[in-house]
Formats: sequence, structure tokens, C-alpha cells
Amino acid sequence: MRFSGAIAAALLAAGVVGAAEIPQAERRSGYDFMKPDTKAMQDEDTANPGMLWVLDGEALWKRKAGGADKACADCHDDARTSMKGVAARYPAFDKTTGRPLDLEQRINSCRTNQQQATPLPFESRELLALTAFIARQSQGAPIETGADPQLAPFIAKGRELYMQRQGQLNLACANCHDDNWDKKLAGAAITQAHPTGYPLYRLEWQSLGSLQRRLRACISGIRAQAYDHGAPELVELELYLMSRARRMVMEAPGVRP
Amino acid sequence: MASALINVPAKAKRGDIIEIKTLMSHIMETGYRHTASGEIVPRNIITSFTCRFNGNEIFRTDLFPAISANPFITFFTTATESGKFEFEWIGDRGFSETASASISVE
Repeated sequence: MRFSGAIAAALLAAGVVGAAEIPQAERRSGYDFMKPDTKAMQDEDTANPGMLWVLDGEALWKRKAGGADKACADCHDDARTSMKGVAARYPAFDKTTGRPLDLEQRINSCRTNQQQATPLPFESRELLALTAFIARQSQGAPIETGADPQLAPFIAKGRELYMQRQGQLNLACANCHDDNWDKKLAGAAITQAHPTGYPLYRLEWQSLGSLQRRLRACISGIRAQAYDHGAPELVELELYLMSRARRMVMEAPGVRP
Repeated sequence: MASALINVPAKAKRGDIIEIKTLMSHIMETGYRHTASGEIVPRNIITSFTCRFNGNEIFRTDLFPAISANPFITFFTTATESGKFEFEWIGDRGFSETASASISVE
């Protein structure tokens, strides 16, 4: 109850909400809003709990799986070279389905089609570990998502959802993350919603989590019905957010409060 | 898939104060939470962490349910001689993990 009260208060303080997009020069990663101790946790590999998943992912990368008895490494070789900058281009357009796929879905499509293995469940330790390991190879690289012109209609749909008021609180993503990002909600920084560090370790979760988990939590927060993991709407929203964060630096695995 | 991350300086001068940092993968389930159907989720935590240097215990700590998942434990020690740090985590349900790191002291 207190939480929803705070949202209402933040809205009242904001007065009339008119979604104005954040100018390129004023974009800030969620990292910028953190306290020095949380920043230190992300910055040092041996203090960043996300690295535990990266280590697991490295082991999984080399493990043979499925009917094809192939490991990721059998086709993609050393991830340090083959996966460099890849996560910075996701979600990407998939020719087979004619739709954008996020990194988790891309890993599962590889598992199903190439390894002939069962897809890994969303938010499972294995899927998060592989995603974290691949995303880690793009750490420091600028986000390139959305360069493919075939993605344009899906980015537009994602943007539409981002601007769409929904739920019992009747809020759009933009009402907080474009219009009130410099304010606080229940003591926590609202931030600009740039997904620069996913999958990331949230201290609140006590675990690594995907961008879809974060989006679903936000959607529940405005008391709307959250989309299922892997729903096209969530992928389009991920795609819009990543393209909105273009040229910002990848931090995966990030740490957030 | 338990794993540890260890940060020990590879080199130090004799008499230097050095920081040892350890991070262990563990869910640290408190034993106080309930499932949707009301059953208690059984406690599953690390109960003890020990560090030995060249066989001698130099640091030990007990852990309790209030400690967050993936415990990050750091401490300081004085570099006296070259050797090997051995770390051991022991917990509920037979949890037992070890790791080690070497240091060369000049």
C-alpha cells in the first residue's frame, strides 16, 4: 500500500504528465544513480556476484548437450572472440520466424535446432548463466541494437507499449522513466530504464535476473497484467529499450540495488 | 554448479597488510520463509567459513540466516611468507566447497 501511495505522490508532484523523450546527451545508465559501494561491487570481477553465473556459463558453453551431442563451443569456438559484441546487437531480427529474438530466445533456438536439446526454462540458472557469459563478452562495447531496418516495425510497437498507459495505476513506462527519472520512488532512484547491464544481479532479488524479469516486475508494480516470459510484447519492449540506449556502454553482468 | 571467486594478491612484500576477498555461490535460504501452501522452506545456509595459510587456520567465521545469498567475505592479514591460502565453506545439507590461491612474498 505504501508503495502505491508513493507512486501516486510522485505523480501528483509531477503534475500533468507529458511524455518527453530524454535527449541523447542526457542519457544516464542506472549505474550512475548507485551509491559508491554498489558501484564498487559491479566494477570488481571478484566482488560482482554476476560473475558466478558467468563462470557457470563458461562451463556450460563447453558442455555437450542434446541429440546432436554438440557443445556451443563446437560451432562457435572461443566465445571471447566469436561472441564479442553479439549481446550489444540483441534483440535481433530472426529470419526463420520473421520476428525479433532476444538473447535468451536465441540461445534456446540454437539448443532446439542445432543441439537438438530441450529449451532451457526462462530464468533458470542455466539459461541465465549462458546469457551472462555471452553478454559478458560485450562488456564495454557500445549498444548497436536496432541497426537492422527489418526491426523498425517492431521497435515502433515496443515504443507504443512504452508510451501506453496501463494497469490500475494507469501509468505508462514513460511516465516514470522519461518524465520523472531524476526523482525517487519509495526512496529508490527511478532511473531512465536503459538496459545496459542485463542479465544483472539485483541485491533485492539476491540473484541474477533477465530484462524480462525486470519488465514483468515493473508491469506488476503499475498493477497491470504482466506478459508471460517470451511474449512478443516483452521482446518488442526489450528491443525498443535497447535501441533507445544505442551507443551507451554494455555493463553486463551489472549490479543494481 | 557451486563456484567461488577468490581475490588474493599474487605478490606482496614481507610485512604488507593484504586484503583477501572471497565470494561463494549459495542461495542462503533462511528457513523462515513459507511456500504459497504454508509449508516452511527448509533452512539451507552456509554455516562456517575457514581460511588456512600453509596449513594454519588464520580466519574463521560462523554464518547465520540473516546473511544474504552469495556471501562476500573479506578480511585482512599480514604477508609473512610465500605459500597457499586454502578456503573452506561448510553448510546445511552436506554443503562443502573448497578453493585455494597462492601468494609469493618477497
